[in-house]
Amino acid sequence: MEEKKVMIQLKNVVKFFGRHKVVKSINLDIYEGEFLTLLGPSGCGKTTTLRMIAGFEEATEGEIYLDDVNMEGKPPYARDVNTVFQNYALFPHMNVYDNIAFGLVEKKLPRAEIREKVLNALEMVQLEGFEKRKPSQMSGGQKQRVAIARALVNNPKVLLLDEPLGALDLKLRKQMQSELKHLQQKLGITFLYVTHDQEEALTMSDRIAIMNQGRIEQLGTAQDIYEHPVSKFVADFIGESNILEGYVTKTDDATISVRFEFGQLDGIAASEFVDEEMIYVSVRPEHVKYSQKPVKDFHLQGIIKEYIYAGSSIRMIAELPNSQEIILLCHPQDTLPATGTDIYLYWNPDKAVLLHTNEDKLYDLIEDAVLK
Amino acid sequence: MNRKKNQKPLGMLSISLACLTYLFLYLPIIMIIIYSFNAKESNLVFEGFSIQGYLTLFQNAVLLDSFWNTVKLAVVSTVISVVLGTLATIGMHRYRFKFKGLINGLLYIPIVIPELVIGIAFLVTFALAQMQMGFVTLVIAHVTFCLPFVIVNIRARIAGFDPAIEEAAMDLGATKRRTLTRVTIPMLTPGIISGALISITLSLDDLVISSFVYGRTMTFPIKVYGMVRGKITTDVYALSTLMIVGTIAIYAMAQFIQKHFEKAHGQ
Repeated sequence: MEEKKVMIQLKNVVKFFGRHKVVKSINLDIYEGEFLTLLGPSGCGKTTTLRMIAGFEEATEGEIYLDDVNMEGKPPYARDVNTVFQNYALFPHMNVYDNIAFGLVEKKLPRAEIREKVLNALEMVQLEGFEKRKPSQMSGGQKQRVAIARALVNNPKVLLLDEPLGALDLKLRKQMQSELKHLQQKLGITFLYVTHDQEEALTMSDRIAIMNQGRIEQLGTAQDIYEHPVSKFVADFIGESNILEGYVTKTDDATISVRFEFGQLDGIAASEFVDEEMIYVSVRPEHVKYSQKPVKDFHLQGIIKEYIYAGSSIRMIAELPNSQEIILLCHPQDTLPATGTDIYLYWNPDKAVLLHTNEDKLYDLIEDAVLK
Repeated sequence: MNRKKNQKPLGMLSISLACLTYLFLYLPIIMIIIYSFNAKESNLVFEGFSIQGYLTLFQNAVLLDSFWNTVKLAVVSTVISVVLGTLATIGMHRYRFKFKGLINGLLYIPIVIPELVIGIAFLVTFALAQMQMGFVTLVIAHVTFCLPFVIVNIRARIAGFDPAIEEAAMDLGATKRRTLTRVTIPMLTPGIISGALISITLSLDDLVISSFVYGRTMTFPIKVYGMVRGKITTDVYALSTLMIVGTIAIYAMAQFIQKHFEKAHGQ
């Protein structure tokens, strides 16, 4: 396979705001032409990471390379990247044409060339004929198209997008998601996208980096991350997961049992866990099944608490004796047992993910304590 | 949307109060305008229409001279106030520094201190510094009381700024200086203009502070005040009328510019 070219490289990047460590040693390679998303809850450091690449913030430690050039000390105007901001950040005193032409004027291109490029960019975002409009006379979706055109017209090596669809309503957001994705595929420009919306990340990205508390927890394709989350945080953050906390009993070298407060799983093929280790068992709702008779190896009994109708599916909420709720997806056509019925829960063992409990937590606590 | 429909009609008492208020506000002004066209020098009887008052006015060399002094003073102090005010506002907005709150608060003090006190303070200061009273001392004094008003106006604009807009300019290749001239200052322009107009009006009719520091540079308000102390002649009425017209024109212009920019920027 052809070696992919690294467009952006982050090496041990750390960022402090005062004494607060916002970004904790990030290493990340972003390939040319790739759509990579930094996904995480607010305050996880994803926007700060983007801003360090744009040059609005200087990394406290570590290096950032853009196309093999170290960006240290380079101001935003000397970096070949462009940004699409969350609130558009259009220049209110300029019309659409002048907004899009801004970067080209700064590059001192000839007028005719600027005109041609601006008109092409307007066509690309389907805003032909809007040249003379002021930003105040446009809708949110139109403003965001102008912002995208204004950035892309400069043909940057990387386009940075900081939650660009956050201010739009749901329907428009969906539409813009697919437009952005098509645009990226057509132009072949590297996109680095920041969002807290997991669905947005799953539908658009080639790869997703899940960020939590200033670290990248997992990096991979949408499918990778959905099917094989590496931590409880990822399993919880991406999609929906039923997460059970239990203790390992080793049966032999290749199989373990997991004891829960109420119930037990036997005969699980796993070798990377030690006796008495606390682990999480994570199962997606669509993989959980139920039976009214006991199931081999699965000793998990609950009662059906309620059904929630969700259009194409019905969500069954089953309750374990310790009142933990387990969510199951059922087909509306199925004949479903009445609420209050005792059931046995089970799943295909391949579909469950076993996770070490987060040892980093202790490390983080110590580190934070030392810093304070 | 429906606010006008929901408003209740005024009661009789409110109407009469409003009428009285407006009468007290505007009757004296109207009287001045009427008497400026009086044929005889009398403030009791109107003896027929004449523009004699205006003709006398324009032959009064000392008065005209003081008028030009005042215009020069207003222009010079406004230019200085606007330049300093714009830089100060941008600086206060953009940077963090020690005692920012204190420095910020001190800015507003000249607005609330009685003018008399400021006048005396300047008199003492200039005397101690052994400065010759005249145009320079007038400019220093005027800049001091105009500057806070300029800053207040520009700050009202800058407070609504999305900091990302300046970042966007830098992101698109504009250096700090280019960002300032292509983005920051154009966006502040409405605030700068209204601040400048307020500064001009304040400077034009300042009497109290100027009277302490004018030395031999006679300003228009001081001269007029001197004229009124004797008999009030028709040319004073004529002069007042012209000043009313001038001030309203400046005020209207400020309003117009503000509206125009609001429309263009949708802010």
